[in-house]
Amino acid sequence: MKILVTVKQVPDTSGKVAVNPDGTLDRASMQTIINPDDMNAVEAALALKDELGCKVVAFTMGPPPAEGMLRELMAMGVDEGVLITAREFGGSDTYATSQIIAAGIDTYGVEDDDIILAGRQAIDGDTAQVGPQIAEKLHLPQVTYAGEIKKEGNTLTVKRMLEDGYMTVKVKTPCMITCIKELNQPRYLSVGGAFEAYSKPLVTMTYETLKDHPLIDKSTIGLQGSPTNILTSFTPPQKGAGMMLPGADKETTDQLAGILAAKHII
Amino acid sequence: MDFHLTKEQQLVRKMYREFAENEVKPLAAEIDEEERFPTETVEKMAKLGMFGIYFPKQYGGAGGDVLSYAMCVEELAKVCGTTAVIVSAHTSLCCAPIFEDGTEEQKMSCLPDLLSGKKLGAFGLTEPNAGTDASGQQTTAVLEGDHYVLNGSKCFITNGNVADTFVVFAMTDKTKGNHGISAFIVEKDFPGFSQGKHEKKMGIRGSSTCDLIFEDCIVPKENLLGKEGQGFKIAMQTLDGGRIGIASQALGIGEGAVEEAIKYTKERVQFKKRLSQFQNTQFQLADMHTRMQAAQFLVYSAAMKKQNHEKYSMDAAMAKLFAAEAASDVTRRAVQLFGGYGYTREYPVERMMRDAKITEIYEGTSEVQRMVIASNLGVK
Repeated sequence: MKILVTVKQVPDTSGKVAVNPDGTLDRASMQTIINPDDMNAVEAALALKDELGCKVVAFTMGPPPAEGMLRELMAMGVDEGVLITAREFGGSDTYATSQIIAAGIDTYGVEDDDIILAGRQAIDGDTAQVGPQIAEKLHLPQVTYAGEIKKEGNTLTVKRMLEDGYMTVKVKTPCMITCIKELNQPRYLSVGGAFEAYSKPLVTMTYETLKDHPLIDKSTIGLQGSPTNILTSFTPPQKGAGMMLPGADKETTDQLAGILAAKHII
Repeated sequence: MDFHLTKEQQLVRKMYREFAENEVKPLAAEIDEEERFPTETVEKMAKLGMFGIYFPKQYGGAGGDVLSYAMCVEELAKVCGTTAVIVSAHTSLCCAPIFEDGTEEQKMSCLPDLLSGKKLGAFGLTEPNAGTDASGQQTTAVLEGDHYVLNGSKCFITNGNVADTFVVFAMTDKTKGNHGISAFIVEKDFPGFSQGKHEKKMGIRGSSTCDLIFEDCIVPKENLLGKEGQGFKIAMQTLDGGRIGIASQALGIGEGAVEEAIKYTKERVQFKKRLSQFQNTQFQLADMHTRMQAAQFLVYSAAMKKQNHEKYSMDAAMAKLFAAEAASDVTRRAVQLFGGYGYTREYPVERMMRDAKITEIYEGTSEVQRMVIASNLGVK
């Protein structure tokens, strides 16, 4: 059994988002971080590793510096990294990206008792499409928005956290699960882990490695294989901080009604 | 000397920063106010390998290097001087002498628990009448069959109330002066050993500091560290390494104060201007940062020399002397830049100023560092 986790290096949007004159993100001027939801997926994988002793492999597609992110994950406890990188893959949207990562995962090999984990969505695009699309390309069952994962034999019981409630789903391995931040608190990398990270195996998959895979076709990868066109990017105006009224009693609802009335909302 | 960090060092530094910011900083004011030892933080640091950073994996260490240890103490001290010295005293004063002077049996029996943080370590050299004059040890150790009997007391022992394992010094032959001092590994459950009351201090108030009392304390013969009479040499070597830890603590405290002062002076408005717009503020901060940067070079240089097994005694003394005095100066200036608010416990700089002072005193006062440096220069 092994767990494959897909991860992405993203610009740190906690500061100011820089946009190029052509409307695309100015990634060069922004710090990069590991996509937060992906960290929850990695933590879920490592927690299962702690329990079951299985191997955890992190997959990413990106430019060569993305190796640094994979090494950081190895310092947390990930056993192996796979870096999918090639000029031909540059400019891919979610459709093309999931095609390429699915080909990478398939080339690496998925066995019956394997689990693939992904973050719900990346903070740079917020699409939540890549995880589900990888599952579709690999013909695997998928469960999205996992807030709780329990494993018994080859069956996973996943609690999905949706806007209007919870849904508990049972799924058999191999499967894809996308994770949300409520799932766990990602661990810190350890000192010992950091000093081992650069001696752990890293597999690099290039266009040459994947070009003969059935999912890889020049017309469906990279910028030309991406149906999405970005017209413009901009920093949205800052929203004011919300106000939380603790309590579920009449006094609190009266207080809420008073505030809404004062703002002429009701 | 090349101060570029390796990729591994960059990784650990990033972790230390995040850990300090998320886990240590939120507790810093509280443990200072309540004089409370941060047990919960110690448990978290143990899990991350922060109690055995530069020791080999075969003994349960993290397999890192001395600079990575110095950076750990530095990053912790930026937000909490107390938490930093817990790591420093444990590592430099207890684990290091056992690792450097212990037999293979002693290393295998003591280090795994210490380096994993399952047990905490401390060091007992100072006595009421043997401070800077460490050779004036009055604690005695008498060999009786298969064990030594220790009598006497130690004071100002960092981690004293919370440690499990102690490296302790005692006179085995009073007629030989320095050469009559021996070192012992003492476990807290040895008969005749007890810990005294918690000292109330000006700074690093969450750190445990107390007396150690030996009343016919039975220490097995195999717990003699090094040979009889080598204790003073072991103590001095240990303090050389310890000075890198305390220099790192001072460095971090000073850097933390500079960061706080930059943040505050960019926000605080007087005379319709931000404080950061006044040239006095700019010059103060430029001087403060320059002093801490110079301190960092000295500290890192000493750490790298120790790592490379070069002579580093004078480097450690210079690093501690300079970093400690810089930290005291910089934190005092930070309080001044904050004005009245800096004097209150609402802001962290008054705590940093109190914490900084001890770095000029413990593990060799600044005067002792000057003696070490002058002696290394052959100035007699």
